[in-house]
Amino acid sequence: MKIFNFHLMPYAHADLDAIKRLGTSWMTYPNSYYDPRKGADLYHEYLDQLEFADELGFDGVAVNEHHQTAYGMMPTPGVLAGALARRIKNGKLAILGRALPLVNNPLVIAEEFAILDNLTRGNFIAGFVRGIGVEYHTMGMNPAESQARFAEAHDLIIQAWTRPGPFAFEGKYYKFKYVNPWPRPYQDPHPPIFTPSSGSLSTIRWSAQRRYTYCQTLAPIAAVAQTFKLYREEAEKAGYQATPDQLAWSNAIYVAESDEKALRDVRPHLEAYANEFLTRNPTMMAPPGYTSVESIKRMRAIKGFMGQRSTAEDMIARGIVIVGSPNTVREKLAAYQDMAGFGISLTKTQFGTMPHKMVQENQIAIAREVLPYFKDRLPQPVKAAAE
Amino acid sequence: MAQPVVTHLNLCGTRVKVMRAGQGAPLLFLRGTDASDDWRPFLDDLAGRFDVIVPEHPGFGGEARPDWLDRIADYANYYLDVIDALGLDHVHLAGHGMGGWIAAELASRSTKRLASLTLADAQGIYVDGVETIDTFLRTEEESVRDLFQDEKIAAAELERRLTPETEDVRLNNQVVIAQTTWQPRGYDPHLRKWLHRIDIPTLIIWGENDKLLPQAYAQEWDKLIPGAQVEIIADCGHAPQIEKPADFVRLIEAFAKAQRVAA
Repeated sequence: MKIFNFHLMPYAHADLDAIKRLGTSWMTYPNSYYDPRKGADLYHEYLDQLEFADELGFDGVAVNEHHQTAYGMMPTPGVLAGALARRIKNGKLAILGRALPLVNNPLVIAEEFAILDNLTRGNFIAGFVRGIGVEYHTMGMNPAESQARFAEAHDLIIQAWTRPGPFAFEGKYYKFKYVNPWPRPYQDPHPPIFTPSSGSLSTIRWSAQRRYTYCQTLAPIAAVAQTFKLYREEAEKAGYQATPDQLAWSNAIYVAESDEKALRDVRPHLEAYANEFLTRNPTMMAPPGYTSVESIKRMRAIKGFMGQRSTAEDMIARGIVIVGSPNTVREKLAAYQDMAGFGISLTKTQFGTMPHKMVQENQIAIAREVLPYFKDRLPQPVKAAAE
Repeated sequence: MAQPVVTHLNLCGTRVKVMRAGQGAPLLFLRGTDASDDWRPFLDDLAGRFDVIVPEHPGFGGEARPDWLDRIADYANYYLDVIDALGLDHVHLAGHGMGGWIAAELASRSTKRLASLTLADAQGIYVDGVETIDTFLRTEEESVRDLFQDEKIAAAELERRLTPETEDVRLNNQVVIAQTTWQPRGYDPHLRKWLHRIDIPTLIIWGENDKLLPQAYAQEWDKLIPGAQVEIIADCGHAPQIEKPADFVRLIEAFAKAQRVAA
């Protein structure tokens, strides 16, 4: 298993009471709550953490993109990846990912990723996402065009990387007389592509057909296993066998001396992450056309789902996160790998309000107690009971 | 209540349900985001005076979203085709909300077949500094409540509209509404440039207390369309045809009559 250190870079000093009052840390949570002095310190701490992860032997570091929120302070992740590009010496550098439909000119993403691929001399991983629902509000893009724009932007970027330029591109949404970006990617034909998603069948199929690595965002492990099974089935339909390195699970891990201490330490930060930083406002999260009508009906049917608060115990029990002693964490990670069949773990070591020192201790513990045990570990067959 | 004749129009590769009732001069009524609603009492009243034609918009009512549909201007061109296809002439064109936007776009392109234009609480333009409601941040229930001043009417409409049987249609309609009105929210910056082309009698009807598009919007339409006449309906929200149907019908009828007298 490859274990990446994934960061959301939340504004950890967010006013949790204000978020509770406003019902969200996204879009309508005023940016007057952002203190640039504190924010600047956070950026440096978070970048230090990712550089530290590289020194500690994580297989890679990853950042992502979100807009107008305390949940993550990386509206242009390329800036942060650029800051990391000359410091990450051992592992991969990944942006998971950039939201293709949110820009009017996807060629800027082709250019940005190609620079990063050159800077890292081919150690870059390119993530493509649609962005989450609320971002169609904040970026003023049409959610009803989200899927079609994503597909077309993807085609444009891949062509920009692989077709000798200059050529003309005439799509429905993007039209360019000249496509001839400099630089070209360092890797041939282009960086590996990861496609994070919350698990829609259309994305899983699309990703499997192109042999892209599919990343499942925050979800209970049973749902993750189901999603990865779908991916393998779609791969078979496309005529090949998916390998574990095509499946990445996005999680959070916290290790302390004992299960009790780990839970005690992690509770306020994990619960702030799940209940305050993540938004559960359905009108923000599911604008028309962004998700299928069927999914919206499914969400509505699970009454109270959006309004329910999570406890740390609940998130641990459902296998959304792994928290505990070294032994517990190793056992669970192995069991989850066997159950879901993934080869990559995208692991947050910081979440919510967790402070710098605590993150570093967690990173050291993971590096010492977890990474060595999983170095070349592949999913092991499980007993039929799981089926 | 008169039963409208329901037919389906196949045009531009799309199938559209059309309700029609009454006699007299033709009146093409373009509904707004509620375009899948039933035949309402105000349409009955109008049918006592006009030949009322009420289409459901392409992509609404569970029909497939047409490939050609990207923006409201596409609807305007489509309805020019509909007027031709139905052989309508001297037609009174009226639209509410999003339907008013379509009607204004249509009239800015051609008024050749039109006798008059009526815009009721119409979307389509932007007025700087006037607070409006972002309907895409409202729940379905809030969206219905936003339409009315009278809470009793809102409660009755909630019960009538938000039924499990219509959920699929409502959710699918929302996708079409987002497709055509999301960005910019509820207007087309290019429309106002050509509203001066509208050379037919134009009536602007507005609910006095429209929360979605406050009265300042009525005044702006008045400024942009030469010779337009504004009528404000008192104690009324965004949907005067539902909240004050008698006033609404009276204004349309009087306006049409005044045009006949003038002619």
